[in-house]
Amino acid sequence: MELKNPSWEYIIWSYRIPKALTALLAGAGLALSGLLMQTLFRNPLAGPFVLGISSGASLGAALLIMGISLLGGVLSASLINDITLAIASSLGSFLVLFLVIGMASRVKDTMALLIIGLMFGSITAAVVSVLSYFTSSEKLQQYVFWTFGSVGGLSWSQLGILSTMVFVGVLLSIRTIKSLNGYLLGENYAQTLGINLRTSRYMIIVATGILAGSITAFTGPIAFIGLAVPHLTRQIFNTTDHRILIPAVLIYGSCILLLCDVLAQLPGQAAVLPINAITSIIGAPVVIWLLIRKRKMIF
Amino acid sequence: MEDKKNISEAKPVLEVRDLSIGYHKKVVCENLSFLVDKGECTAIVGINGIGKSTLLRTLGNLQPPLEGDVCIDGTSMWEMSPNQLARRISVVLTETVASKNLTVQELVALGRQPYTNWIGSLNPIDREKITEAIELLELKDLRGKKCHELSDGQLQRVMIARALAQDTDIILLDEPTTHLDLFHKVTILKLLKSIAHSTQKTILFTTHEIEMAIQMCDKILILDGCTNPFNAPCKLIESASFERLFPSDTVQFDANTGAFRIQK
Repeated sequence: MELKNPSWEYIIWSYRIPKALTALLAGAGLALSGLLMQTLFRNPLAGPFVLGISSGASLGAALLIMGISLLGGVLSASLINDITLAIASSLGSFLVLFLVIGMASRVKDTMALLIIGLMFGSITAAVVSVLSYFTSSEKLQQYVFWTFGSVGGLSWSQLGILSTMVFVGVLLSIRTIKSLNGYLLGENYAQTLGINLRTSRYMIIVATGILAGSITAFTGPIAFIGLAVPHLTRQIFNTTDHRILIPAVLIYGSCILLLCDVLAQLPGQAAVLPINAITSIIGAPVVIWLLIRKRKMIF
Repeated sequence: MEDKKNISEAKPVLEVRDLSIGYHKKVVCENLSFLVDKGECTAIVGINGIGKSTLLRTLGNLQPPLEGDVCIDGTSMWEMSPNQLARRISVVLTETVASKNLTVQELVALGRQPYTNWIGSLNPIDREKITEAIELLELKDLRGKKCHELSDGQLQRVMIARALAQDTDIILLDEPTTHLDLFHKVTILKLLKSIAHSTQKTILFTTHEIEMAIQMCDKILILDGCTNPFNAPCKLIESASFERLFPSDTVQFDANTGAFRIQK
């Protein structure tokens, strides 16, 4: 067998390596934003998408795929590609994020934010279903494929944008480590420790938005990683200190999503399974098993 | 004469002047004025809903006052930055910690946050203060335990240790003895008193255990909705201040025994 096969080289350099890097970045970023949300809301069920970020992204994608086709048939075919999809979904997620930040300055109670995020999710889901009802089956299929999620198909330049965004998100999160540890006591106690609740809350929300928003824009929604990785990490590192938890979830999240991606593309198989399904099929039972073994999940 | 001597020698750490507290436009309690000296253990008593917790939350900067001023060592507390204030006042609330997954050691260490750098690293002084607090509250054997493994009394001691590690002039506690049995109530109160006297920290706490407070505290603030007297327990008994605390047809204060008696 020839070692230097130009088509293999092309596949590896332009497809497989970017895909693996995307999986690493997306896994790390989603896991970190999940940790941020769980600590901010002090709720073990929180994940990167509780603020409506993924619903915003899916609204953007749905409007592009299905909405434009309702307006003009010829125009739509040329407009929809990977890049416009990424732009539309990031616009959607940032729109929702800014709305949530706007609300955050008005509500004093952080738990109210959680409910506002859920409500945004319901509104966008409703709009998406209205769009799906009127659209053609072909467009609907295209949208459904987007919701499957995929870490493949990113060019090196797109990967550059994604890694910059993830890097900024990680930096912002590192900046909030002290406040995050204070939040473990509850907001009132955090305030008596001299933490500025408003500033730290904004920083945590913006970091989550940048991480989860940009990742969802490029890969589509990827479930489970953000919710479960922080829990899995807490099982291994027996600590609540974010100085340890943040690097730990970054490493753990990237490993797990890469593993899921490997499983989604089993060797010798031509078909690639949707990554969004794999993360849940493999991940959810693992969490259930851990919980049954440990008997309790305390945030 | 004696007043003058007090002002010149032991300056009051906490000075509350014409304070009105409440929410939005609803005044809960007004005309509060009192001075607390260094190393004094003070109880705040009063009927349910009179504003004990509101007062404590106001003093702890968890809610703004409606009127009046509170000075710590002569500086108005609302002129201080959150971090400066966190070095002067620590608070133990009735609410439990959000993450019961914290270990005793971690929880007490969080008390050092006002002093640590941007990422929260502990230096030798921080470690020393944490160890001191843990030893003073006899928590050495519980260090590695998680909060959900502790009893109510143990958790209360941990919360006090955290406030102590914060190393502030003033410690505020909201009903530190609720949910505890008689033995643990007395233990906690004795502990507060000894902390105040040995470390010269000023301790203020709200309580419903008026009879215990009379026996153990240096000063008592009675919130009765009008004059709000503040004095040493024996002086308050002399001035018959406890009599006005509850409706006299239900419970009456007996000045001789320092206890309340149920009216049949």
